[in-house]
Amino acid sequence: MGVEIKIENLTKSFGKQMIWGDVSLTVPAGEISVMLGPSGTGKSVLLKTIIGLLKPDSGAVIIEGTDLASCREKELYEIRKLFGVLFQDGAMFGSMNLYDNVAFPLREHTRKSESEVREVVMEKMDLVGLLGAEDKLPGEISGGMRKRAGLARALVLDPEIVLFDEPDSGLDPVRTAFLNQLIIDLNAQIDATFLIVTHDINTARTVPDNIGLLYHRHLAMFGPREMLLSSEEPVVRQFLNAQRVGPIGMSEEKDADELAAESGQELPPLPPIPPQLEPSNGIPRRSQREPGAWCRENGVKPPPGSFEDDMTMATGA
Amino acid sequence: MSSLTSSRVLAPLGAAGGLFAFALDVLRGLFRRPFQLREFLQQAWFIASVTIIPTALVAIPFGAVIALQVGGLIKQFGAQSFTGSASVLAVIQQAAPIGTALLIAGAGGSAIAADLGARKIREELDAMMVLGIDPIQRLVVPRVLACILVAVFLNGLVSVVGVSGGYVFNVILQDGTPGAYIASFTALAQLPDLYVGLLKAAVFGLLAAIVASYKGMNAGGGPKGVGDAVNESVVITFLLLFVVNFVMSTIYLQLVPPKAG
Repeated sequence: MGVEIKIENLTKSFGKQMIWGDVSLTVPAGEISVMLGPSGTGKSVLLKTIIGLLKPDSGAVIIEGTDLASCREKELYEIRKLFGVLFQDGAMFGSMNLYDNVAFPLREHTRKSESEVREVVMEKMDLVGLLGAEDKLPGEISGGMRKRAGLARALVLDPEIVLFDEPDSGLDPVRTAFLNQLIIDLNAQIDATFLIVTHDINTARTVPDNIGLLYHRHLAMFGPREMLLSSEEPVVRQFLNAQRVGPIGMSEEKDADELAAESGQELPPLPPIPPQLEPSNGIPRRSQREPGAWCRENGVKPPPGSFEDDMTMATGA
Repeated sequence: MSSLTSSRVLAPLGAAGGLFAFALDVLRGLFRRPFQLREFLQQAWFIASVTIIPTALVAIPFGAVIALQVGGLIKQFGAQSFTGSASVLAVIQQAAPIGTALLIAGAGGSAIAADLGARKIREELDAMMVLGIDPIQRLVVPRVLACILVAVFLNGLVSVVGVSGGYVFNVILQDGTPGAYIASFTALAQLPDLYVGLLKAAVFGLLAAIVASYKGMNAGGGPKGVGDAVNESVVITFLLLFVVNFVMSTIYLQLVPPKAG
């Protein structure tokens, strides 16, 4: 059914360098959320803090009433059974073939017989389209296949929360589109809470229910997809529309001179909001909202041309 | 500025503390069930397979050098009848554990550090923790036990090969009497010498595996980090083993009275 992740005043630094400070947000149960941010803003660090691989300097990550930042190691290992995590390169165990990799969590945590394990593994392999590749070693397959295998392993214990660390990095646009569709279909099927970390704006624009933006050591904004896509906030607007005009520079922030030079410039109009990807079987997801619902409720006029199906930005449809 | 220097001065302390904390975690993991028998057997087989032949090859010249050196020296005292005994003492108490340690650290430890380091940078260890499995219990404990087991066996191998190497060199090159060499075995050497040799080998195996695992699991910064971790683990293990050998030898010589010839 999905479990919500509540993050309160989280701060993390490595040595003297603060990665981000005072991050507070609630990832709603059962919905797909995307965490965006320019390279090097600590998106992966946030993900690792949420699973308790890194300890924050202060703040709390609360899942089912347990604070992962301060709980005992034993509780941490228990809570982690709720999670499925897809790591950047899949993080497959190099010494095992794909079948054993996907079967690994089942063999470690359940008392299933080998034939039951086989059934579950084959179902998940089929889900990610890897049937027939069970005997391959992770070193023998492409990056995209490794990612899908990692996804199969993340799903095998029926997680309540699935975290994706840059699912689209290093994949070609077609595979990215397939993977995005897979994410939507999975969410429709298992109703888990999804949190995707990425800097691919195409994914961010079309896949999630909610978007968050990490920028300049803090969380700039977190909210429904349409709220951020129609936002006039300079940072959000610049990042989600991949523009050069705005407060984000090549290296972190722009300085005052650069910003002053831009002050007279006319900002390009907001592009239309693309429709959200829908499950391929046409049955709406539990957390899916009607296109434009948020805009109507909050009296925001979406940019012209929004929510039309034949948009060039839309993928996967 | 002062805080910078103090942090630099204290850095080695922090590293030593980290290693010690890791060792305690491993010791705690030793008693946690379920025990990973399969991984243990695989690792024991793997470590044995990378160390047996080099160890045997190192042991022959080791035994020979000791035989030649001790034999020559002892001849000047006119105590040739004790050659066998002296060489057994030297091989079993010192040469065998040290030879074992060099090979366990150089061949076994470096392989462990490289393996765990590669897993670390590929995020395999993170993935394992996220899947609710403690890598210390799953990976490190079986490796540590395997290292201890193999070290004890290698110690036996070096002892046998070293003593027989010494015999061959003493008899053939130094015209020693075969009977005297063998007959004098028990003249100076005693059973506790063998025990302390085995104990040393076990401790060296433990230390080598713990240092290698610690360095491997804390490798960072891509492939270069793994290379550095392997390098550091071998250097640190060597330093540590020679110090520990000195301490253990001293304590042993104090505690156990030498056998009166």
